[in-house]
Amino acid sequence: MTLYLLRRCLQAAGVMLVMSVLVFVGVYAIGDPVEILISPEADQIERERAIRALGLDLPLWQQYLVFLKNALHGDLGRSFVFNEPALKLILDRMPATLELAFGATFVALLVGLPLGLYAGLRPNGALARGIMAGSILGFSLPTFWVGLMLIMVFAVQLGWLPSTGRGETVDVLGTRWSFLTLDGLRHLAMPAFNLALFKISLVIRLTRAGVREAMLMDYVKFARAKGLHPSRIVLVHVLKNIMIPVITVVGLEFGGTIAFSVVTESIFAWPGMGKLIIDSINVLDRPVIVAYLMLIVLMFIVINLLVDLTYTALDPRVRLEGRT
Amino acid sequence: MTAPTLELRDLRTHFATRGGVVKAVDGVSLRVDRGQVLGLVGESGSGKSVTGFSILGLVDPPGQVVGGQVLFQGQDLARLDEEAMRHLRGNRIAMIFQDPMMTLNPVLRIDTQMIETVLAHAPVSREEARQRARDALGQVGIAAPEERMRAYPHQFSGGMRQRVAIAIALLHKPDLIVADEPTTALDVTIQGQILAEAQKLCAEHGTALIWITHDLSVVAGLADRIAVMYAGRVVEEGPVEAVLDAPLHPYTVGLIGSVPSRNRRGAALNQIPGMTPSMLNLPAGCAFAARCPRAASGCSEPPPFVEFRPGRSARCIHPHAEGPPA
Repeated sequence: MTLYLLRRCLQAAGVMLVMSVLVFVGVYAIGDPVEILISPEADQIERERAIRALGLDLPLWQQYLVFLKNALHGDLGRSFVFNEPALKLILDRMPATLELAFGATFVALLVGLPLGLYAGLRPNGALARGIMAGSILGFSLPTFWVGLMLIMVFAVQLGWLPSTGRGETVDVLGTRWSFLTLDGLRHLAMPAFNLALFKISLVIRLTRAGVREAMLMDYVKFARAKGLHPSRIVLVHVLKNIMIPVITVVGLEFGGTIAFSVVTESIFAWPGMGKLIIDSINVLDRPVIVAYLMLIVLMFIVINLLVDLTYTALDPRVRLEGRT
Repeated sequence: MTAPTLELRDLRTHFATRGGVVKAVDGVSLRVDRGQVLGLVGESGSGKSVTGFSILGLVDPPGQVVGGQVLFQGQDLARLDEEAMRHLRGNRIAMIFQDPMMTLNPVLRIDTQMIETVLAHAPVSREEARQRARDALGQVGIAAPEERMRAYPHQFSGGMRQRVAIAIALLHKPDLIVADEPTTALDVTIQGQILAEAQKLCAEHGTALIWITHDLSVVAGLADRIAVMYAGRVVEEGPVEAVLDAPLHPYTVGLIGSVPSRNRRGAALNQIPGMTPSMLNLPAGCAFAARCPRAASGCSEPPPFVEFRPGRSARCIHPHAEGPPA
């Protein structure tokens, strides 16, 4: 196990290094922040001084080496715009995004699993067909449109839920969380549901396919031959088997949820990382963009590792490599 | 006379498919008494497995028991509702499946799968259930059951898994066990051990056993009586030695002839010509007529199931070793 984790960490370091080059070069290619950051009225001497202060006078490879050296010391650069460490800017906004992503995943499982189970057990029922048709809508309706419609209906027409912000928050472990207050939960409800919509459909489809497959397996028939109660067969024998693909997909999807919560955050004015990165791209705030992308890469790596580890808990047949 | 452990009367299980109705089991009548072993023999698709599943009410849709009676100790199971049936399954009637690699749930530990079976039918504590599970594992010859119970199915070999499945079937000391080709997927040596155990258990507990197989050599050493099935019907029935030594039905003769034997070393094995008929399109008369060397004009009429000698019945109008019907 230790050997396995060690090997995974080395791999992760390699991936991070390659990504840092790609990200750095990519962001360099997007455009010159100087034009946006420095006022057009500034004279030549002022321009020169500003460029030097930002370290933009050096050739690309030198800029990269400076970045790499600082990054190894935990410094991913200072934001051109806010003049604050980029990492701190992002980490300040991360809890909001994580809260939204976890909320969405929770909603997806809470809604998707029961619906998928039902659709899998009664594949020909009218309700099951309705669920499956609904899941196609969940897949194909654009997030931003659904978000706007949700605001229209629940915030504007009915006035049940607030449309923007995080609401009342509680300080726990030095960060603010919305989900611990009733007002915060009301604020969280719509954006989380909006972000969850695609995942709900995904979970429904995965669960239904898994259930239909599992119900035909001999072990289910044998469980019936043992005289077990049908609820035990479905909730223990079947569910434990189908949780393997569901956890994999939802786990891997989690990274995507964080990375692409941009749209939902913009619509609901949720003060998370997604909103920050959009603003930073608009003003070509390179350090923030680079730091954000590196953090997302790290997050994907960690999530992948966690999914693999969850596997061993769920499926006894899986043994991690390097374990003797 | 007490009621037999199981008696099937004219059991019919049909599958409504797109191509028509498949009469997988079409009027099967059988009986098994306490402590007796019945060998149910036939080729693939002869309806022997469906017969087994019909007894337990485990036929998957579109299959359905459409007629006849399944009398278990005098009670008709075909009329029982699902909940009452569930209380019998695994409790009074147990089943062992063909492929031991598939019957145990891969993600649950052996003890979980055994204890849940105990608790499904007996109001005992978890500890007591564990105790019973351990005893059952010991009974089927698994060494160090206490330790092995904590393992997952994939940590067992095929033979060991089948022993676990048998141990599960034995947990409630059932009155009837339906074993659906339980040794087909196993090595010959393991097969021998399992057969010996099955025999011992029947003798000890008075359990009636229906052993479904296509392998006559297995039945020869194990069963008291034998029923040969062809195209959803029993074509011959009788005591095992009598049927194997002097078969009446030409199909039984063909089956016996196709088993390799030491006495006919070097000679070509007999084959039954042709293939099993499509179950969708059975001939009006004897289903075997097209492949039968003794077929004559009368075979286009459905042959009756006739008792030729006491305890010896066959569904044929031109049987081997003909004798006057009793």
